[in-house]
Amino acid sequence: MGPFVYMAEEHNPPLVQVRGLRFARGSRPIFDGVDLDIRRGQVTAIMGPSGTGKTTLLKLIGGQLRPSAGSISVDGQDVHRLGHRALYELRKRMGMLFQSGALLTDLNVYENVAFPLREHTDLPESMIRDLVLMKLEAVGLRGARRLMANELSGGMARRVALARAIALDPMMIMYDEPFTGQDPISMGVLVKLIRSLNDALGLTSIIVSHDVHETAAISDYIYLLSDGRVVAHGTPAELGRSSSDWAQQFMQGLPDGPVPFHYRAAPYADDLLAGREGRG
Amino acid sequence: MLDWLAQLGRHGLSFFERLGRGHLLLLALLRGVPGLLLRPLLVVQQVYAIGVLSLLIIVVSGVFVGMVLGLQLYNTLVDFGAEASLGPVIALTLVRELGPVVTALLFAGRAGSALTAEIGLMKATEQLSGMEMMAVDPVKRVLAPRFLGGFIAMPLLAAIFSLVGVYGGYFVGVGLLGVDEGSYWSQMQSMVDFDDDVMNGVIKSLVFGVVVTWIAVFEGNDAVPTSEGVSRATTRTVVHSSLAVLGLDFVLTALMFGVD
Repeated sequence: MGPFVYMAEEHNPPLVQVRGLRFARGSRPIFDGVDLDIRRGQVTAIMGPSGTGKTTLLKLIGGQLRPSAGSISVDGQDVHRLGHRALYELRKRMGMLFQSGALLTDLNVYENVAFPLREHTDLPESMIRDLVLMKLEAVGLRGARRLMANELSGGMARRVALARAIALDPMMIMYDEPFTGQDPISMGVLVKLIRSLNDALGLTSIIVSHDVHETAAISDYIYLLSDGRVVAHGTPAELGRSSSDWAQQFMQGLPDGPVPFHYRAAPYADDLLAGREGRG
Repeated sequence: MLDWLAQLGRHGLSFFERLGRGHLLLLALLRGVPGLLLRPLLVVQQVYAIGVLSLLIIVVSGVFVGMVLGLQLYNTLVDFGAEASLGPVIALTLVRELGPVVTALLFAGRAGSALTAEIGLMKATEQLSGMEMMAVDPVKRVLAPRFLGGFIAMPLLAAIFSLVGVYGGYFVGVGLLGVDEGSYWSQMQSMVDFDDDVMNGVIKSLVFGVVVTWIAVFEGNDAVPTSEGVSRATTRTVVHSSLAVLGLDFVLTALMFGVD
């Protein structure tokens, strides 16, 4: 726990603390002792190459998956020791933006944003309407409220999902690859939204992404993951100056380095001479 | 040989794991049912989607099955001069046997496959996961209403099937083949017993409704979240629930009518 000196600020304990996290899918280890802290009010990015389990990390924080060892606490509560009811209570205070948006396809935009309000509150219809319109206004889609989920572009779907994620005024939002597959304009819109919502609503944001420039531009702190471990962490400026080969490779997008270009394989010549493809 | 044994073991294990998951889901579904009393609209929507939208296929099949029964049974009965018994024979065949069984098979093909595909796709597009993260339990919000909807819709559909089947037989027997109308209805009334025949048919259709909907909901929820996974799950729903219906039908018939 040596590197975590900075977090000993007693007045502002981290919102999310991950300690000694281990998790495996089948026999493939995904996390092998990950420690990280998400500080309140900040935008923290978790970056790494595809397949490093970034989405899995969000699902672990949200209590949808169980780690094989280690602990994750959110706002002082150990997520994986909570009972069903307490976990659901905690989730009401967390928002999550899925890569696909995960909008309910049988409902229109308005009903999608109203969904958590209808499920968790007994507010009168007029108040629900006001809240939904406010949230949609915040993401610029008040005029699109009659559209069905399948009539939205990918960028719009993510903005609607964002409006839905903030419907219950959560304390934190987790973004799963928010920029993937976006055109430059909607990318710009999302980048701006994530930062401005974080600051305006006093949220804590976790962004999982491999879009280095967009993410670094709005993050206060970055963790780089590879092979199940945190390989580097710091503010964007610190990582940019970092002497770590790994950080340099990732931040500058170099094709070869500590993360090799080739997937693990038998020597090339042996493979070619083997003649035919054995059955694994 | 050892490989073969190992494979057998793996299949056995995965079979029992699925069986276990299926029963855990059934428990969770049953636990979710009382909460639905407060939100009847969720169930009504499903009764509409599962039941009302299956009406056409059920009614059309019922009419044709009844008409075929009328033709076939008339030809046999007339040899014994017993064509006056056409009414009760058709009614008993439908109410005890064909009504619940054929309806359940059609129900598995029409509503069961649709349930599995819908739930499987909701899983594949992360809608269920998204609900969980919104602190909405998908078992209570999505699966339990569908389960209860199927449980309610299936006996109603079976009753409608039997009813239109009886009219199909009437159309052929009385309308085309000249069986006496009075004996068609009066013999049916005197020979079909409400407790023994009608209620046993209702019990069968209730059991089939639970089993088919349970299998459909489980397969959807347990589907591998890819297009191939959902398509396999849909196939499994139809195959497994049809086999379960036929197997259970034998067991239930033996219990109800076998030991008199």
